[in-house]
Amino acid sequence: MKGQLYFTAFKSILIKEIYRFTRIWVQTLVPPAITMSLYFVIFGNLIGSRIGEMGGVSYMSFIVPGLIMMSVITNSYSNVASSFYSAKFQRNVEELLVAPVPNHIMILGYIGGGVARGLLVGLIVTCISQFFVTLQIHHFFTLVVTVLLTSITFALAGLINAIFAKSFDDISIIPTFVLTPLTYLGGVFYSISMLPDFWQGVSQLNPIVYMINAFRYGFLGVSDVSVWVSLLVICSFIAVFYSVAYYLVNKGIGLRS
Amino acid sequence: MNAIEIKNLIKIYKGGNTALKGISLTVKQGDFYALLGPNGAGKSTTIGILSSLVNKTSGEVKIFGDDIDTHLEDAKRHIGLVPQEFNFNQFEAVEQILVNQAGYYGLPRKEAWQRAEICLKQLDLWDKRKQQSRTLSGGMKRRLMIARALMHQPKLLILDEPTAGVDIELRRSMWVFLQQLNKEGITIVLTTHYLEEAETLCRNIGIINQGELIENTSMKSLLARIAKETFVLDTSTLPEQLQLGEEFTRIDEHTLEVEVLKDEGLNATFAKLTEQGVQVLSMRNKSNRLEELFVELVQQGSH
Repeated sequence: MKGQLYFTAFKSILIKEIYRFTRIWVQTLVPPAITMSLYFVIFGNLIGSRIGEMGGVSYMSFIVPGLIMMSVITNSYSNVASSFYSAKFQRNVEELLVAPVPNHIMILGYIGGGVARGLLVGLIVTCISQFFVTLQIHHFFTLVVTVLLTSITFALAGLINAIFAKSFDDISIIPTFVLTPLTYLGGVFYSISMLPDFWQGVSQLNPIVYMINAFRYGFLGVSDVSVWVSLLVICSFIAVFYSVAYYLVNKGIGLRS
Repeated sequence: MNAIEIKNLIKIYKGGNTALKGISLTVKQGDFYALLGPNGAGKSTTIGILSSLVNKTSGEVKIFGDDIDTHLEDAKRHIGLVPQEFNFNQFEAVEQILVNQAGYYGLPRKEAWQRAEICLKQLDLWDKRKQQSRTLSGGMKRRLMIARALMHQPKLLILDEPTAGVDIELRRSMWVFLQQLNKEGITIVLTTHYLEEAETLCRNIGIINQGELIENTSMKSLLARIAKETFVLDTSTLPEQLQLGEEFTRIDEHTLEVEVLKDEGLNATFAKLTEQGVQVLSMRNKSNRLEELFVELVQQGSH
């Protein structure tokens, strides 16, 4: 009985979240499509044709999985960060706090919204990439699991960011100063095997390296790191981020006085 | 059955401010209860704790027998909250706000739409259902919050200053609506700054001052304690030399104020005025009678 009530509550949050980002599709779905198209044209077509092969495939084929993953990461993160912070700012998060919605359900609902936007944008970017390259799928299961887990990881990170945020500036600081550098240095545009040993070691501290490589393996069958290690790293991040998010929501930090 | 049972409720905020100093009160099922107090007295903190928006420091709170420490979800199901400030998503459509809220309480989508129609029609918002909530007028926004609070058919409705900033006509129609809800069996607790509102609507009253409950009684017995009332009399032109008693104060040449002890009545007052040749054209209470008592009680508590 309670399970049914919880599921209805989860579904309500999820529908509300999906409705939110589709209502403002010009702000949420169009920009990544345009940005990624530019990446495909400039880096893939114009510059890529002069680079030749990377990891045994054309440069365009090499960067496509990374660019899809980059848009999934950014959108999963920013959806939850902006939606949850906005709910705090307008105080409509109180609608959830006064309702008999367990904290787990509230977190899962927002994560669901972030994952939905991340995957939808990922799908749009994948479709656009078809105009530039014919994608092969080497290992479908790895592909799906990696993109799903990565999306969950960054949706959770976005939620933690929103819980701590005290202004709209606070939800753009992490994406600008942490997420973007880590993504660009995470092997979207190059193979980390090209780097000197020291920087290869440093790169292995970047979790996005594992996500992009596992995803690239799903498409192309090439990866700088083991897929199992990648999945283990992503799952570890999910476990840590979820625990932190649950602790914060349970304590009511930034939510209850 | 008690709708609310609060025992020794203490709230100390992070900065060390003690908002509640051990409040205990009970509200019976079916009651219409007013929680009054000056700004910063602890009313909103009490309501915040009841509705789980504020974490208590210590004490016990039960809603229809469900302890918020052990049966929080059950306790929450009983409550419909209408907060002081607008707290809905300004960009969502009116009907979406209601349907989502019902979903958080586990109401399936189809039933939620049906329930939303009932609530919107009850609060005269049906025509506005497709509009973004930010486009509504202040009064409509207040009604939207009431409609939202009623979506899951709560047994207890808590309203934190529901008529603040609402015009007189709408305020009166909200009173009628709340009285109707109470007749239907919903327990209502409200805070207000309009003491006339509390006097008109509520059967029982609690007064909080500086984090302490200084009164918790029925409205009748509280009003019975009013010893004297002040009336303002509009008169014919008053003569320069008036031989009236200390109870009279001359305001201007057409206005007098008179303090009348409750057990003395007004006949003696009029007799004195007639004796002096003063004609009374009209009279009114200087302020709401509950207001005078309220100010007196709060001032006593502050010393």
